[in-house]
Amino acid sequence: MLRFSCPVCGLRDETEFTYGGDATLVRPAHDDTNADHWHDYVFLRDNPRGAHREYWHHVQGCRQWLVVERDTLTHAIGLVALARESRP
Amino acid sequence: MARYSVFSLAAKALGGHRSWSRAWRDPVPKPAYDVIIVGGGGHGLATAYYLAKEHGIRNVAVIEKGWLGGGNTGRNTTIVRSNYMMPGNTMFYERSVRLWEQLSQDLNFNVMFSQRGQFNLCHSPASLDAARRRGNIMRANGIDAEMLDRAEVMRRLPYIDYSERARFPILGAVFQARAGTARHDAVAWGFARAADRLGVDIIQQCEVTGFLRENGAVVGVETSRGPIRAGKVGLAVAGHSGHLAARAGLRLPIESHVLQAYVSEPLAPMIDTVISYGAAHFYISQSDKGGLVLGGDIDGYNTYAQRGGLPIVEHTLGSAVALIPSLSRLRVVRQWGGVMDMSMDGSPFISRTPIDGLYINGGWCYGGFKATPASGWCYAWTLAKDEPHPDNAEFTLDRFRHGYQIDEKGAGPTPNAH
Amino acid sequence: MTRLSTGGRIDRARPITLHFDGIKLAAYQGDTLASALLAHGVRIVNRSFKYHRPRGVFSAGVEEPNALVHLREGARGEPNTRATSIEAFDGLVSHSQSGWPSVRRDIGGLLGLFMRFMPAGFYYKTFIGPGRGTKAWMFFEHFIRKAASTAQPPMLDDPDSYEKVNAFCDTLVIGAGPAGLAAALAAGRSGARVILVDQDNALGGSLLDQPAGGAGDAWLQSVSDELHQLPNLRILTRTTAFGAYDGEVYGLIERVSDHLATPPEGQPRQRYWLVRARNAVLATGAIERPLVFGNNDLPGVMLASALRSYLNRYGVLCGQRVVLCTGNDSVYATACELASVGARVTVLDLRPTLPEALLAQAKAAGVAVRPGTAVVTAHGRRQIRGVSVATFDAVTGRTRGAASVLSCDVLGTSAGFTPTLHLWSQRGGRPVYDPQRLAFLPNTTAVPLMFCAGAALGEDGLHAAIANGFAQGAAACIAQNIGTLAPPALPSDGWRREALMPSAILAQTGDAAMPAFVDLQHDVKRSDIDLAHREGYVSVEHAKRYTTGGMATDQGKTSNVHILSRLAELRGTTLGDVGTTTFRPPYTPIAFGAIVGRELGPHFRPTRRSPMQDWHQAHGARFIDAGAWSRAWYYPQSGEDIRAAYLREAAHVRADVGIVDVSTLGKIAVQGPDAAEFLDRLYCNAFASLKVGRLRYGVMLRDDGFVFDDGTTARLGETEFLTSTTTANAGPVLARMEHLLQTAWRSMRVQVTSVSDQWGVIAVAGPKSRALLQTVCTVDLSAQALPNMAFVETQIGDVPVRVHRMSYSGELAYELYIPAGFAQEVWQILIDAGAKPYGTEAMGALRIEKGHVAGGELDGRTTLKDLALERLASRRKPFVGAVLRLRPKLEDLARPSLVGLEVLDRQTPLKSGALLFSGGKPISGHGDGYVTSTTWSPTLGGPIGLALLAYGQGRIGETIRCVDLLSGTNVACRVVAPCFVDPEGVRQNG
Repeated sequence: MLRFSCPVCGLRDETEFTYGGDATLVRPAHDDTNADHWHDYVFLRDNPRGAHREYWHHVQGCRQWLVVERDTLTHAIGLVALARESRP
Repeated sequence: MARYSVFSLAAKALGGHRSWSRAWRDPVPKPAYDVIIVGGGGHGLATAYYLAKEHGIRNVAVIEKGWLGGGNTGRNTTIVRSNYMMPGNTMFYERSVRLWEQLSQDLNFNVMFSQRGQFNLCHSPASLDAARRRGNIMRANGIDAEMLDRAEVMRRLPYIDYSERARFPILGAVFQARAGTARHDAVAWGFARAADRLGVDIIQQCEVTGFLRENGAVVGVETSRGPIRAGKVGLAVAGHSGHLAARAGLRLPIESHVLQAYVSEPLAPMIDTVISYGAAHFYISQSDKGGLVLGGDIDGYNTYAQRGGLPIVEHTLGSAVALIPSLSRLRVVRQWGGVMDMSMDGSPFISRTPIDGLYINGGWCYGGFKATPASGWCYAWTLAKDEPHPDNAEFTLDRFRHGYQIDEKGAGPTPNAH
Repeated sequence: MTRLSTGGRIDRARPITLHFDGIKLAAYQGDTLASALLAHGVRIVNRSFKYHRPRGVFSAGVEEPNALVHLREGARGEPNTRATSIEAFDGLVSHSQSGWPSVRRDIGGLLGLFMRFMPAGFYYKTFIGPGRGTKAWMFFEHFIRKAASTAQPPMLDDPDSYEKVNAFCDTLVIGAGPAGLAAALAAGRSGARVILVDQDNALGGSLLDQPAGGAGDAWLQSVSDELHQLPNLRILTRTTAFGAYDGEVYGLIERVSDHLATPPEGQPRQRYWLVRARNAVLATGAIERPLVFGNNDLPGVMLASALRSYLNRYGVLCGQRVVLCTGNDSVYATACELASVGARVTVLDLRPTLPEALLAQAKAAGVAVRPGTAVVTAHGRRQIRGVSVATFDAVTGRTRGAASVLSCDVLGTSAGFTPTLHLWSQRGGRPVYDPQRLAFLPNTTAVPLMFCAGAALGEDGLHAAIANGFAQGAAACIAQNIGTLAPPALPSDGWRREALMPSAILAQTGDAAMPAFVDLQHDVKRSDIDLAHREGYVSVEHAKRYTTGGMATDQGKTSNVHILSRLAELRGTTLGDVGTTTFRPPYTPIAFGAIVGRELGPHFRPTRRSPMQDWHQAHGARFIDAGAWSRAWYYPQSGEDIRAAYLREAAHVRADVGIVDVSTLGKIAVQGPDAAEFLDRLYCNAFASLKVGRLRYGVMLRDDGFVFDDGTTARLGETEFLTSTTTANAGPVLARMEHLLQTAWRSMRVQVTSVSDQWGVIAVAGPKSRALLQTVCTVDLSAQALPNMAFVETQIGDVPVRVHRMSYSGELAYELYIPAGFAQEVWQILIDAGAKPYGTEAMGALRIEKGHVAGGELDGRTTLKDLALERLASRRKPFVGAVLRLRPKLEDLARPSLVGLEVLDRQTPLKSGALLFSGGKPISGHGDGYVTSTTWSPTLGGPIGLALLAYGQGRIGETIRCVDLLSGTNVACRVVAPCFVDPEGVRQNG
């Protein structure tokens, strides 16, 4: 079981969180009308084998979205930060 | 090479089984092939077999970084069925079941396809409606399906909890009699042996590290045993499609996730079919050795590690006991994980890629094992003719660009929800 | 075999009786079933998996491959239970689980004659025909399945209960042998929070196999006393750490009551501990390797260490004429102790020269030693009677020359020890072969927060294990000033290893006449490994899978290393090159029920209840699951079935006034200066223009342009909205809002809060709804004062209520938002005022008549266009999904879109999930669409439905067939607009 140091709530079990996928994807501007931009954002993934920045939602805690650095091969967890405070 | 039969077995037995030869050769890679298949799992081996058998393309190599069938071919819960309702899926999976039905004779290798049937249990009127739609589409496409009411399910599956205390009632089921299970390892070995017999080179312990490119096109692979040229290179590395495609500069509509499976201590025959428990996404069958084989949800985060965590173990075993309370004292012997290509709509890709000479077969989510023969058959067609067969026509890599989503669950572009 | 009159750690003051296959076994408290069987001379306990060969007790621990029995009876029956791990209790009942007519005389044993026709993988080569298809295989499979396992399946519900404990500690010490005790003491003295677990029922590990009352016991007592006095240390015995998981999470199973006939009142059978540790010390010891030779599966062939364990722990002498065969020093203590109680003991040592001290020690004890010899074959039919002995050639690793026969009634073998690294391997550690220590050892940095100690780390001997354990315990806690720990005053039993093939497969022949088994439980012979290799299954994974070696319930604890080393030999390489396979949890099998705990039956998943649930229950409602919710489905009166009930309820709404509990809707407070702009972005239709005091229906899309959710939003103030969602999407919609606000749109000043549970909601619908409400509240509800899609605040009784005027049924209707705790009170007031309750089935019928979309249509695969909601999409502003919804395939008119269906004969019911086919077309393929929702329309007096139909909106008036192949029905319908009642909205706007 993964455990995350939520910046608000402290070290918590994976079961309190839901996964939100790749956090390096940059959402196109709201008024962007280019379908390719939206296609790439919605459908394509780097899916790296190793270091991964990803979203987790502390859905049964503070309800903050977190950006977590996690290795997809070892599951080692690095920095955990509030999404609203991390670089987009 | 000896043909397998009870007679050859008896004859060899008298010689102490000393004269059996290798099931497949261990060739040194040639400098070039017409087609290289990357990935020696069931899909890759099946592709090579059908390339040789159906299209006469025999100058083919299957390149595997580890051992044949070491990925999801050897890790799944062995269920075979064709109960898909989305256009694009339905006939593809039915082709697969039809190939399965003849596969042991085709390959002269007993893959132990046991058509013991599969129940999809329904727990609410809404799930009955959805099941009826699915069953009707199957029937209208010439696939067998029956709708069973609660009483009939009770008669056929007496060990399930039908009492008031059950959290989710059993209202009925859709049943596919031709569905069943097969021996997973045998599929890889059977295809390997049959492909080898047709001249295909199967090269294990050879890792593809990159692609040979000329004028943008892929013309071969770099491997841990040197470069090998090829007219066409086909990826069949589900679970690892993402990071291999990245070496060709491709981003895919795929995330890699881990799915766990479990086997119990052996029992005398108890569950003589396959049961899917819709309320909790759980499925169970019994192997020929007697162990109950069960599976549930994926853990739900990107991973390439072939292990999962306790929350899903609790979920899956909880589902087992909720469905069949008498399993409480039974014990789990082993729990393991396999890495899935989870695609953006839950459906696979058998397709050309934007790069000339490079083809992809991947994105199988949970459904790869049952698809093995049809996947190989259609991929071989696509590689041989440079265009898809109608059965895999929709499994393109660029379907999302056009708005074509083959979404059996309606979960949208959220890979861990499929 | 006999029970000695003295010795052992059993409680001779407490004699008990056990039963095996109807035989009464006199035993003592402290025995295991295995020790009782051995004391009673029961040799054959089981029959082997494939060839039905007789098998007896092989080990004294969890590695047991042979002695699996059916423990207890009836609902407490447990198949496949290791006799070596079953603590004896008075009245224990057990049965052999194979063999017919009995395990002693099994007709299946004749299969042994056909052994040569059943080599590894024979089933891949046979049962393919005759004929094509799967018939032949399924015929044979029927018998194969019956033969494969005879363990009785559980068919009765488990009478016992289980518990789950969440625990936290600094250091988890796994294994309470000498190294684990030392580690726990070091960590415990440092003040760290320590949990010490051991699968045994007492602390001590291998010390418990030493003679009772010796120096080992004194040391154990003093360490144990100190540990028990540490307030920061918790000791769990009878507890197995079955799995190690990411995040330093460990799963343990504590067998609370398995050593008793039944669990004590109020106690669980087992307890599942979910331990989050900062780190762990793995002091799991090592498992002895047997030797492999001809007929090495005969009852009476055992692990050498097991003989010592049965002698010193249980006072059981496993044989009078003992042969021990080994390649290391570890068996000499065993030999001497066996000789001291009167056994005639011969040691066959593979090593040609032995240390003088060892020889002297043996001689003094009366033990005969034959250096440079080994067992070739065991003899005997139903149990061992003797062994053939020959010279051992250390170069070839085989015996050579003529063999002499030595009679014996038990044979103990030892080819060294395999460190128990299962938990370490589960975390992704890959052990490395150490040719000096002849074992796969952990690479200590691979799993940073798991410290291996003692024999698990390959340390030899008691003193080394204790010193190492103490050091690892200290390291785990970065402990200082923790003093020292002196080892017991025992001669350190550190022993020499010699370089010989670690599996020491001695058999020269692997044919059926003298089978040499590498995996006892799965009946895998050395010759099977050879065959696998010959056929190209040379990778260890292939060989294991082809032969099934190492894949039995013992996960190859005594067999893996044999398979690996035989492959190494065949491949002409080293064991290190062959590598090992990954261990998987659980270390030993765990009961499903233990992991499930109390989350079973109705508690398998939580059930959400409305604040008015008690009223519905008290008034006879039938309930239906809607996601996690249990909702009132219908309220039958005197013998009504569902159809009669919902038709009555729906008709009453159309004619009078009904109330329905819609509290399950998701409710989200959207507040802040940018709230209007936020909703404008999220919904496809406009919200900024919504006036305070008004309501608006909205639809939101996913990023890929498909419809996500719909609901009604009230503008409570300039900066405050209350948004409702569908029941199913309450959670996902909120999570989506939070995601956008905390990532891409983080500059927006908006706060979103779930208020779903804070509000109970009652829909009041029907032509008399206004009149009824007007009798219970004072606010003016006239059409002028409160037009459709507006709200007003008032009181009903003493309860503040917000009245939303909106309609789902198409009738004049309202939704009352009530503080949840008072919802039932208001419900009762409405009932008292004359409203009749209706359930979700009637609600569904009304909404289908009105053509509103719900779950059947909002299935995640439909677009605005499909649902005939295109008009809602704003053209003046961007919104989520606006771009991708216009992808070409989604604009295709052939995509099925929403229509209504009226059955032509006004009789035959329609079925949801039926397919649509037009007139003369053959019934094949996917049809022109399908029926999404159906009901019997109380208003039209006939069956109607909603459907998604290709080119649907252009086909109004056409006749189409609704085909349900599953029930064989084919219903002709007229395609109509998807609104059957009051399409102009006169009623709801009136």
